[in-house]
Amino acid sequence: MRRAYFKTSWIAAALVAPQLLIIFVFFYWPSAQAVYWAFTLEQPWGGGNTWVGLQNFRNILSDPYYWNSVRASFLFAFGSTALAMGMALILALFADRQLRGYKAYRLAVIWPYAIAAPAVGLAFRFIFAPGAGLFSYLNTLYPGLWDPSVSGTQALLMVTIAGAWKLVSYNFIFFLAALQSIPRSLTEAAAMDGASVMRRMRDIQLPLMAPTFFFILVINITDSFTDSFGIVDTLTGGGPARATDLMVYKIYSDGFRGFDYSGAAAQSIILMGLVIALTFVQFRYVERRVHYT
Amino acid sequence: MIERTPMLNVLTHLILLMGVAIMAVPLWLAFVAATHDLTTVNTAPVEVWPGPHLRENMTEAWVRSDFGTKFVNTFIVAIGVVAGKILLAAITAFSIVFFDYRGRMLIFWLIFITLMLPLEVRIVPTYAVAANALQPFQVIMDWTGISWLIRTLTGIEVTLNWNLLNSYTGLILPLVATATGTFLYRQFFMTIPDELVEAAKMDGAGPLRFLRDILIPLSVTNMAALATIMFVYSWNQYLWPLLIITDRANYGLVVVELSDLIPDQLTTGGGTPTWHLAMAATLMVMVPPILVVILMQRWFVRGLINTDK
Repeated sequence: MRRAYFKTSWIAAALVAPQLLIIFVFFYWPSAQAVYWAFTLEQPWGGGNTWVGLQNFRNILSDPYYWNSVRASFLFAFGSTALAMGMALILALFADRQLRGYKAYRLAVIWPYAIAAPAVGLAFRFIFAPGAGLFSYLNTLYPGLWDPSVSGTQALLMVTIAGAWKLVSYNFIFFLAALQSIPRSLTEAAAMDGASVMRRMRDIQLPLMAPTFFFILVINITDSFTDSFGIVDTLTGGGPARATDLMVYKIYSDGFRGFDYSGAAAQSIILMGLVIALTFVQFRYVERRVHYT
Repeated sequence: MIERTPMLNVLTHLILLMGVAIMAVPLWLAFVAATHDLTTVNTAPVEVWPGPHLRENMTEAWVRSDFGTKFVNTFIVAIGVVAGKILLAAITAFSIVFFDYRGRMLIFWLIFITLMLPLEVRIVPTYAVAANALQPFQVIMDWTGISWLIRTLTGIEVTLNWNLLNSYTGLILPLVATATGTFLYRQFFMTIPDELVEAAKMDGAGPLRFLRDILIPLSVTNMAALATIMFVYSWNQYLWPLLIITDRANYGLVVVELSDLIPDQLTTGGGTPTWHLAMAATLMVMVPPILVVILMQRWFVRGLINTDK
């Protein structure tokens, strides 16, 4: 707490009121509503709710389509996180050597952050289009070899690559910032002791980056679970045959196309639980981060 | 930098160039596709050099999607979110940091928790709220018996209704309802020395005067950082506007328009996919946030790193 502060409490109250009002209406109320819906059965256009206890969850957990969506989400989340983190880490480590052209390299990796998910989805849809894109050449050699609108595996792979591509810039920014917060004197001392560039990366830079690494790991996984809608919707629309029906996409299609509010709410609750669990993991590491730096 | 490593330097450049290529090739191919006509785009193998049709493709995509109104709308929403977020973040953080009252920490935590659940996760009930933003209060009044009291006393049936579907307010408000900016401001306000507050008080400045004349001018870089990331964030919104805007002709946003340009069975009716138009539109939609990131790179990087703790 500060030593010096103001006392006019009505001003203080007036200043926090707008934000509290907004988060009440658009955050707490809907979140509570989701919980309420998850335990009741609601008719989409009014007509009252009936308490059904855990029935909605039982329905979902016994639905093979739901488990299919969970499986696809996990594959997508871990696949795109691994790809994006691996690539961003390597690029950051080498960019941090600050050779000639460093600024140009940095900008070239950073600016794709600004691209909207649906734009990424659409661009990748073109690139992976069986008749027009990058792989169309393969299809002229072996017709039908590449067609993500038929093969579920290829579709999921395509979504994962697009998702990873979108995350690289973000990760790169954080990794580079972490590398640059390592004191130069440390690297220089190691160099004096005869440690080569690669050795310094392995024994000094990587261990000191560990906190940022864990932070990014959790953020990426959370992001992949929650923020995949734009890519999936423009890239595959959940298909073929639900191969890319990720959890967020299924909530959307069950809720707004199927008008199954209770089912969508129960799925939201499960996803919320997952995200909250991940956030708690993150807090543990954020605390460790403080000790490192 | 410290030692001479010619071999490793070549390797470093190779790795970095490969990374840049991976980041740039998808966009380059999208750009090239936007410069060719329908038949060239759809002949394998994929074109790698630009053709002569960029201008006409862009014009056609622009006209077909009616981008004029939609760009204006997107700008309105983006600027609304940026301004709303900065204002709310500044005053809320100011109240939490520079006042002492009971419940201060409770409010802090109430706001902090909103960081945990993104809009996508609670999308269905948030949509229900947008259909009537006063519904929470209605329910509370019904539950507590206030509506009953008013009805018996005055005979007026209380029905609160504020529909946010198909409106700028509906697009902006839910995007403002998160804590990102508040924390950036809180962190910054924590670094303001006590002496500055004491001096201002000694000179007779009240809290609002202190906020306006001292804190706001000091936080300009903070504002720039927050503005860049919020601009990119709101420009790129997709799911929310897709849901609440059904009147696309008047309130449509450019990013949402991309979903109508997907050349699949629905849009081409089994004809040749119009990739050249889809890519031309994609390019146009990308430009404003990319410009913001490139031109305000320094603030953008700072904002990104500081808001995410």
